[in-house]
Amino acid sequence: MSGVALTATGLFKRFGALVVLNNVDFQVSPGEAIGIVGPNGAGKTTLLNVLSGAYPPSGGQVFLAGHDVTALGAAERCRLGIARSHQVPRPFAGMTVFENLHVAAAVGGGLAGQAAYDACVDSLELCGMTRVANRRAETLGLLDRKRLEMARALATGPKILLLDEIGGGLTDAEAAVLVNIIQTISRRDVAVVWIEHIVHILLQVVTRLVCMDAGRILAQGEPREVMADPSVIDAYLGPGAVAHV
Amino acid sequence: MNAYKVERWTRQSVFFSAAVGALLLVLAVGPLVFPPGITDRLTTLFIYIILAAMWNALAGYGGLVSIGQQLFIGLGGYALIRISNAGVPMFPALILAIVIIALVALPIGELMLRLRGGEFAIGMWVLAELAHFSINLDPLIQGETGTSLLALNAFTPGARRADIYWMGLALMILLLGTLFVLLRGKIGASIQAIRDDEIAAASVGVKVQNGKRVMFVLAAGGCAAAGVLNLATTISYQPHAFFGIQWTAYMLFMALVGGLGTFEGPIIGAILFFSMETFFGATGVLYLIGLGVVALGFALFIPRGIWGEVEARFGVRLLPVGYFLKMVEGEKVK
Repeated sequence: MSGVALTATGLFKRFGALVVLNNVDFQVSPGEAIGIVGPNGAGKTTLLNVLSGAYPPSGGQVFLAGHDVTALGAAERCRLGIARSHQVPRPFAGMTVFENLHVAAAVGGGLAGQAAYDACVDSLELCGMTRVANRRAETLGLLDRKRLEMARALATGPKILLLDEIGGGLTDAEAAVLVNIIQTISRRDVAVVWIEHIVHILLQVVTRLVCMDAGRILAQGEPREVMADPSVIDAYLGPGAVAHV
Repeated sequence: MNAYKVERWTRQSVFFSAAVGALLLVLAVGPLVFPPGITDRLTTLFIYIILAAMWNALAGYGGLVSIGQQLFIGLGGYALIRISNAGVPMFPALILAIVIIALVALPIGELMLRLRGGEFAIGMWVLAELAHFSINLDPLIQGETGTSLLALNAFTPGARRADIYWMGLALMILLLGTLFVLLRGKIGASIQAIRDDEIAAASVGVKVQNGKRVMFVLAAGGCAAAGVLNLATTISYQPHAFFGIQWTAYMLFMALVGGLGTFEGPIIGAILFFSMETFFGATGVLYLIGLGVVALGFALFIPRGIWGEVEARFGVRLLPVGYFLKMVEGEKVK
């Protein structure tokens, strides 16, 4: 599988008078793993929604492998290789875990028969969900619902995987498992964009870190340098905090 | 990857499907053995099952709650009157009327599916009323006086009863069979995903609007079939009886009580509704109050409906529309 780049230029998103994305440029290259951090309300999830096609941007363009996909909806973008997980899990509650993955593999991945089954089982094993494969998704606990979000996105066979706070509420041991899974995905040449508040697990995976605040990209680059950037510390802890750090 | 098998037929569903097949065979010879009264009542039951299943296809699977499906019941009846009046023989006319209304539903769907939630629900009702008043203007219908399906006079009552029964049975099998085949395939998986979460469905590649279109047209054709069958059994076409909101009330009752978004539920709901009508219908107002109380009770205490509750509690699946994964212990592939 060869990777594909996702590029966005000059993105704006307004909800009425509220500007949630304010001229954001963003790029992720094949095989790259990017972390996005920032205080609540910074526009991280909105950026993911605009990249995945859940919302149309108010301005700017999104390119996948050089093709303009700005006008395409979430379904079309998924079929082209952009998959995502949702911050608040959205399982297909009345279907089993396996069926949740199967619809993703068959429709989003365009696979049929054995190939679709293989994609599901591979994704289930990678995410450690085979033991609940035949459970109705509505019976899952929060942790498994989060895993299901990722497993279902993977079953579509994405080239670009967008993860929205997949690690919230995990114990250290569970987080270590999650890091392992995402590293495996990354090694398969899938580009990963991961929004997460828990910075120390993010730093184990990502090669580049983007910090957002108030709809703009505040800083980006080598993860530890970004975390040490005074403007980033300001955004998290308030102005003047730098002096005390 | 570990070795695995995916099963679609469970022992439960094989047994159940065989039982359904046997029951349908018995029903197929019905008019030859049942007394006339029973044959007539069963035709009514088939109409109810069609209506319940079609409303469920729309609301339960497509997430499109409509309180105006009587639009297609009324149009189906009207199309049959017109086609029959033009000299087309009875049974081809029945089929033609259904097909025409399903085709008419295509542009209606394009327009109405732009609406969301409550707007769609009420919009459908408005359309039904509009169609009702427009059809009253047709001289052939003579306003609310209505007209009769005169072509049926050519049949003896016995032959008519049996033929309409078979027609009803065939249409029920065809429509529910279509829904079943859709559900078992890729479209069905998409539709169930839409039922559970539209945003998530789109995020895994499901074209939500297409899935809704399929359900809209199927439900329209199904309701037209019910309208056509209803006209064939009652013979007289009075617009207010065909475009009445009471049809929606019946459909809602059957689908909600039986279990919205399940295949089996609306059939159970239709049988329950039919039984209540058969045994208590003569009590008039008390019967209607009873229906209301039952509906309210289900909405408050068993919101999933009878079959939804059974499925969730016991994990039964009588129809092989799902997938069951079996891992083969200790064996590897690839």
